[in-house]
Amino acid sequence: MLGVIRQRVACRGIPTRNFERGIRVVASRSLSSTAKEMTVREALNSALDEEMSADPKVFLMGEEVGEYQGAYKISKGLLEKYGPDRVLDTPITEAGFTGIGVGAAYYGLKPVIEFMTFNFSMQAIDHIINSAAKSNYMSAGQISVPIVFRGPNGAAAGVGAQHSQCYAAWYGSCPGLKVLAPYSSEDARGLLKAAIRDPDPVVFLENELLYGESFPVSAETLDSSFCLPIGKAKVERAGKDVTITAFSKMVGYTLQAADILAKEGISAEVINLRSIRPLDRATINASVRKTNRLVTVEEGFPQHGVGAEICASVLEDSFEYLDAPVERIAGADVPMPYAANLERIAVPQVEDIVRAAKRSCYRSSSLAATA
Amino acid sequence: MAIWLSRSKKIAHLLKPKIAYFPQPKIAPSEFSYKIYENHVNSSSFGTLSGENIRSPHVFLDNSATMSALNRQWRRTESTRAGEQVETVPYSDDNYEDENQALDFPGGRVSFTHEMKFISEAADKRIPCYRVLSDDGYPIAGSRFEQVDKETAVKMYKSMVTLQIMDNIFYEAQRQGRISFYLTSTGEEAINIATAAALTSDDVILPQYREPGILLWRGFTLQEFANQCFGNSADYGKGKQMPIHYGSNKHNFFTISSPIATQLPQAAGVAYSLKMDKKEACVVAFTGDGGTSEGDFHAGLNFAAVMDAPVLFICRNNGWAISTPISEQFRSDGVVVKGQAYGIRSIRVDGNDALAVYNTIRAAREMVIHEQKPVLVEALSYRVGHHSTSDDSTKYRPVDEIEHWKTARNPLARFRKWVHKNGWWTDDEESELRGSIRKQVKYFINAAYFFL
Repeated sequence: MLGVIRQRVACRGIPTRNFERGIRVVASRSLSSTAKEMTVREALNSALDEEMSADPKVFLMGEEVGEYQGAYKISKGLLEKYGPDRVLDTPITEAGFTGIGVGAAYYGLKPVIEFMTFNFSMQAIDHIINSAAKSNYMSAGQISVPIVFRGPNGAAAGVGAQHSQCYAAWYGSCPGLKVLAPYSSEDARGLLKAAIRDPDPVVFLENELLYGESFPVSAETLDSSFCLPIGKAKVERAGKDVTITAFSKMVGYTLQAADILAKEGISAEVINLRSIRPLDRATINASVRKTNRLVTVEEGFPQHGVGAEICASVLEDSFEYLDAPVERIAGADVPMPYAANLERIAVPQVEDIVRAAKRSCYRSSSLAATA
Repeated sequence: MAIWLSRSKKIAHLLKPKIAYFPQPKIAPSEFSYKIYENHVNSSSFGTLSGENIRSPHVFLDNSATMSALNRQWRRTESTRAGEQVETVPYSDDNYEDENQALDFPGGRVSFTHEMKFISEAADKRIPCYRVLSDDGYPIAGSRFEQVDKETAVKMYKSMVTLQIMDNIFYEAQRQGRISFYLTSTGEEAINIATAAALTSDDVILPQYREPGILLWRGFTLQEFANQCFGNSADYGKGKQMPIHYGSNKHNFFTISSPIATQLPQAAGVAYSLKMDKKEACVVAFTGDGGTSEGDFHAGLNFAAVMDAPVLFICRNNGWAISTPISEQFRSDGVVVKGQAYGIRSIRVDGNDALAVYNTIRAAREMVIHEQKPVLVEALSYRVGHHSTSDDSTKYRPVDEIEHWKTARNPLARFRKWVHKNGWWTDDEESELRGSIRKQVKYFINAAYFFL
């Protein structure tokens, strides 16, 4: 445990005092027997808090982040602790404050820009893509943009089309950006810290419905130097019959589907992508080479989605290993409807994942056969 | 023009720099525009507001003046370097009584000044706010306004009451879990209804989201409101849009869109199309104080002015954008001063005075349609309710402030007093109306379940 921490600390260049403090924390925690639980909201809040405290160049900017404690209370207590110079409430102008953030990053600060939802990042997308993402390349490395764009992504509950789109595929297709999608509290903490420390622009896609969910966290996760590597997926559950990839909220659904499949004798390997760009092709391919079947799960629209990219990657690298066609589970190809019954069928459900896994294992007739 | 050219050629021989001299009028534009605002408060006609193009200078040719200017120019005490032998002219007519000299730049002629004078970031006085009724419902002495007839006034008052009660009950319904979301217009009923009353049904509305009163006035039924909020099969949107995002083709009301201020450049586009149709109608686009911070506000107003689009921009300045007070939203004197920056005629009105709003919108609409150019109206008010059901405003503003605006500055109370004084409304009718509306709203909410 300590060895792992030491290695992680070394690769992140954390000053010694944090490291020592971390060791003390770990030492005390490893003696306790009760597992600690933490909500994703607390995980994000603590990650922001620790990074702001460690580096005075980090600051938070967005609508309602200060006085209101955050539109979803992610930045609770931060204004009080760090003051209005580090936690900035902005007027309603995504294009405005995103531009300001990019400018601040150009000049050496480390802004964390919060969008109330990523749907509103559309009003600022020129700054994100044309300025933040492309500057490092276009200047041959002279300009660095250490900025983080974060906020809830994907469907919430009953908020209609303009508040529910998943932008993983949009941002994931753009070179120059790193795109992360955490699931659990451990993911949230580790990936947000990695994102803030990263010298490149990072798009951090959270999920509103996951904010209140609690996950057990290890002592290592609670350490202030904890940090997850960007570009590595996590095998949440090992299996041997079918690989199911997912990210963000869909990981939870996929784990539930895996439980149901296990009862029917299908052992599913669940991969939590964590990182949309760079995509961990190595882990996915290694898993497919083991199981020979693949189901991709995502919340967003099917066309040009994350699943399409994973499918292409597997075909390129592991075609001979596939025993069945790749199954792609995605949201319905319509703007998200509002009514609860329509919304339920527009977003993938656990049964859809189970059915797809079974089709992949030839346990049920394929869609083509029944058509 | 030819005469000038030949003269200036002669002059050019004498002077190093080649500059044409055109006298300018002596009025400082900023002074002139303030006069217009002050007059309006007291004026007996709306004539002063319309028509005059304050920017057209009186260009006249005066030979002797030019020669004396040349003589002044030629004084040896001044610098003889090229480009600096420019006759400087003060912005006001304090020092020189003769002609002002100016230069043609792209965008028009500007006169020179030798005084480096920065325009102050704040005027000495804030732009005054047009109002007609006092807090007690008495017409203010000296104010002239178009009289509203009994039928319209009573309909206006009844609609304001209906809007208020509808908001209260739907808000409670959300709290009970019957609908997922709601957003009230409490405190801004006068803006909603008086504006609707002043427009015609042909005027196209592009709302923000706090203007359901316009739909109410135009005939959208309580059942239709309930259907949309419940997203049932009778909803025109068929459950595809969130609650309070009403829209109706037949009422000329564009569907409400969640991203802020996107409707402003879209309004300029709609108006451009309307202009080609040559209809006796205009586009009315709403935004709040928060929405004026969006880039789309700039694009919308700028282009409406450039395209001479018949848009009436109404900004509901209610003091709060969720938790952001206007002191953190902008540093300008509200939104009305931004109009002139775009070349748009603007006015500030007391949004809690239904009669003032009615008169202002009537006048503004006439200007927009007959002159085919945009107008900006800033209606000052207060957002009494929370931003929406997802907000608790007591967390960022004092409760007694909310109470003050809810009671002492209530727009309904003020208008009721005026209607009552005219003998057009009684207390019995009041209680009967309120009881009836409450019953109806509850009935339609229950009925909405049948279509789920």
